[in-house]
Amino acid sequence: MRATAIKLARRLFGVLDPALLTITSLLFLYALVVLGSATHDFPSRFQAHIVNTIVALLLMLAVAQIPPQKLMRLAPPAYLFGLLLLIAVALFGEVSKGARRWLDLGVTRIQPSEMMKIAVPMMLAWYFQRREGVLRIRDFLFATAILCVPLALIVRQPDLGTAVLVLAAGFFVLFFAGLSWKLIIPASLVGLAGIVALIGFGGPACESDAPWPGLKDYQKHRICMLLDPSADPLGRGFHTIQATIAVGSGGVLGKGWLKGTQTHLEFIPERHTDFVFAVLAEEFGLAGIVVLLALYLALIGRGLAIALNASSLFARLLAGSITMMFFTYAFVNMGMVTGILPVVGVPLPFLSYGGTALVTLCLGLGMLMSIQRHRALLPS
Amino acid sequence: MKFSESPLLSLRLSVGRARLVLILLLAAFAAMLVRALMLQGLDDERLRLRGEARKSGLERIAAHRGRIVDRHGTLLAASTPARAIGAYPEEARLTPAQLRELAASLAMPVPEVSRRLAEDSRFVLLKRQVAPKVADELLALKLPGLKSDVEYRRYYPAAEVAAHVVGFTDVDDRGQEGVELSFEKDLSGQPGSTRVLRDGRRRIVEHIERLRSPRDGEDVQLALDGKLQYLAYTHLRQAVEDNRARAGAVVVLDVDTGEILALANLPSYNPNDRQGLSGEQLRNRALTDTFEPGSTLKPMTIALALETGRVQPDTPIQTAPGRLTIGNATISDAHPHGLLSVAEVIQKSSNVGAAKIAEKLSPEEMWSMFVALGFGRPPGLGFPGEAGGRVRPFARWRPIEQATMSYGHGIAVSLTQLAHAYLVFARDGDLLPLSLLRRDAGSATGRQVFSPATARAVRAMLEMAVLPGGTAPKAQIPGFRVAGKTGTAHKLENGVYARRYVSSFVGFAPVSRPRLIVAVMIDEPSAGKHYGGDVAAPVFARIMEDSLRARGVAPDAAVQPPVQVVTTRPSGGRL
Repeated sequence: MRATAIKLARRLFGVLDPALLTITSLLFLYALVVLGSATHDFPSRFQAHIVNTIVALLLMLAVAQIPPQKLMRLAPPAYLFGLLLLIAVALFGEVSKGARRWLDLGVTRIQPSEMMKIAVPMMLAWYFQRREGVLRIRDFLFATAILCVPLALIVRQPDLGTAVLVLAAGFFVLFFAGLSWKLIIPASLVGLAGIVALIGFGGPACESDAPWPGLKDYQKHRICMLLDPSADPLGRGFHTIQATIAVGSGGVLGKGWLKGTQTHLEFIPERHTDFVFAVLAEEFGLAGIVVLLALYLALIGRGLAIALNASSLFARLLAGSITMMFFTYAFVNMGMVTGILPVVGVPLPFLSYGGTALVTLCLGLGMLMSIQRHRALLPS
Repeated sequence: MKFSESPLLSLRLSVGRARLVLILLLAAFAAMLVRALMLQGLDDERLRLRGEARKSGLERIAAHRGRIVDRHGTLLAASTPARAIGAYPEEARLTPAQLRELAASLAMPVPEVSRRLAEDSRFVLLKRQVAPKVADELLALKLPGLKSDVEYRRYYPAAEVAAHVVGFTDVDDRGQEGVELSFEKDLSGQPGSTRVLRDGRRRIVEHIERLRSPRDGEDVQLALDGKLQYLAYTHLRQAVEDNRARAGAVVVLDVDTGEILALANLPSYNPNDRQGLSGEQLRNRALTDTFEPGSTLKPMTIALALETGRVQPDTPIQTAPGRLTIGNATISDAHPHGLLSVAEVIQKSSNVGAAKIAEKLSPEEMWSMFVALGFGRPPGLGFPGEAGGRVRPFARWRPIEQATMSYGHGIAVSLTQLAHAYLVFARDGDLLPLSLLRRDAGSATGRQVFSPATARAVRAMLEMAVLPGGTAPKAQIPGFRVAGKTGTAHKLENGVYARRYVSSFVGFAPVSRPRLIVAVMIDEPSAGKHYGGDVAAPVFARIMEDSLRARGVAPDAAVQPPVQVVTTRPSGGRL
């Protein structure tokens, strides 16, 4: 009896990578401290966060049990299912705050774009695994299509934040799969030119009321605001200015837990979700930021190590992509809060309040653990 | 790409690419850190200042408004803390039960409250000047989105008794009427300011520093004697009721100092509850309304004639047949008197006698005398709307006008001016300036208008007017020698004298050493009597008697059984 229990426990928890588990636990603990302050006025949110965390961790435990081979088989159905849901959203989705992102299933509302953050890299990794040995430009074009169809649907919703994450996840699969520099360099140059142009000519372009091709009005405003947040300090620039004030006023050691004036005087909007980094920066200062960045680096480092040592191409690409998704999450969010990137709705991984993102992140973690556990070429 | 280099054959991820990614990643995080450092170091001050500007603001601290007290320090107006109840509509989402509770405690109709709460505004004011107890009880209900601010509410303990003198303030604590308005600068003080920290919804969360302490307003001590004011008001009210008069006014002066000891008007109002207030109630008639004083002005004419040596008190004046024609106008006495001495002209109040005496005076002399007595310009109390009356320039006086002015027609004064002018008879011919504020005897110096001898002579005549055979025996007071003069003037309406009257009496006591002047005016008595001697004189007597006793003035006459007052009119003329 006891022996069976130990065996079961070993089977259940043996899959957990100790290093990854330690880093993640530290991040979750950090989240409790920061959210404890950010949700100080909403104790119910804090309780909900604990429940979310437990659910997400259980999910991680479950996913970690699934060997990569099985994950690979799950990839096409998951991708196609997600794609169908995205099309359903485009047709029947609920409009909330000017965007069509949710699908009402009667019982619950789901946001299909969220699952594409994992489904797209899985699908791409599956594709490259299938095309083993043959890697022609044509394959990359087909992979690009796999990436771009859901991406286009998400951009149309519009949901820039999720689109950026899906794009990043897909791009990193292509990148690790060996996407030719001939393609990467021109694309990067175009992107760079775009940024330079924006900074150089953004002012006049922002002042005119003419819409920018391909972007919604509010997206244009978010980019313009980034160029000069003080242009409209109480309007659209409010988020950015208040958040940079919070970050700037933290100092080296911060104002102390629950002592942040920006935070507790409700100057920071979304302070427990997308702008939780501002709370952290204000109350724990530079030290708090360094600790957070160190934890992220450790997480990403461990993720990349798992990716490097993974047994199959699918596993390598998936692990690399998931790891880089963590990085994208963190970088885009912090960049947004500190005012170097436009405001897009990307949460700070593990720290922001919100169940959906937590589930996605833990799914990724579970997969990383599964890949690490099953890295031997032959099942042990 | 060589087949051997295909990443698919490698057991590991492309190390080069992984390294590149790692470098990019470190660079990105480094950039993040640099950005955070920039925000803190380089930009810290600018951002902090910008943040402060948005967060902190100045909040006004109300200064405590000064009190208004009477000469004995009794409160006439004082501020007590009150609350202004407001709400943030966005947060104040009330259940119907809560809404009813809120409306009930504010004594407002429910639809009114819910309409205000539905306003598209960041903050709405629900009710001001709420009693602190009510506000505290309301806040104890912990309804969402409610806010209570400290403000002050003005209370007037004397209510309608001193309403016209004290006046009142508006909800913002600014003087609107009376002393509250005329002494606004002294009373209001200087509000202070404090730097406060506001949250994102501009609610005050913390008081950072007090920049300027509020300077509380100064107390204003009036010359008013609360007791006399009360007596004057209640006796006046009784008289206005008894005579079914439209209005009435009383002024009581201190002969020694020129202070206004009492000033009352009817109709009055309760300054603590000013709902439905009418203009009639607000009028401070004694100061702002002028009227033709009538016979109360005769002593001035006589005094001038005595002063200039044109007549002596015993100079005979022929008033028969009770009429006098000047140009194409005729003036007449109510009852013909025949040959009168100058003193009897006052005693019997003969218009013809006064006009004949005036014929001995030049218009310029009379005009100068009126001006010297303060007619034609405001008394300078600093009171809102105080009237100066009307004295036309002497160069344009026609003989008939000079004649009627001698007995108080064709000239307009306020009751306060009239009472003031009588100071010269109550004193020895000098005129002290009036004062609304308390001042000590001897602190003000007057201007000699008549010689002491003239003043004494007129005083004797005025005493005769109150004695049997005079026009106002009802002005007598047991135990005191009283002097005074009646006035009964037709009211001018659209330039025509109507059969409506203003009855007045101005007098002082005790004659042996005058202490108080009381002037009474009853507007449009309509209960059958209208002569000054019947309507105003008894009010004078009551107010004067009670006031003398209240001030502890020693009697100067033997207490006799009340003088026989014949119910039918004595034969003397009355106008």
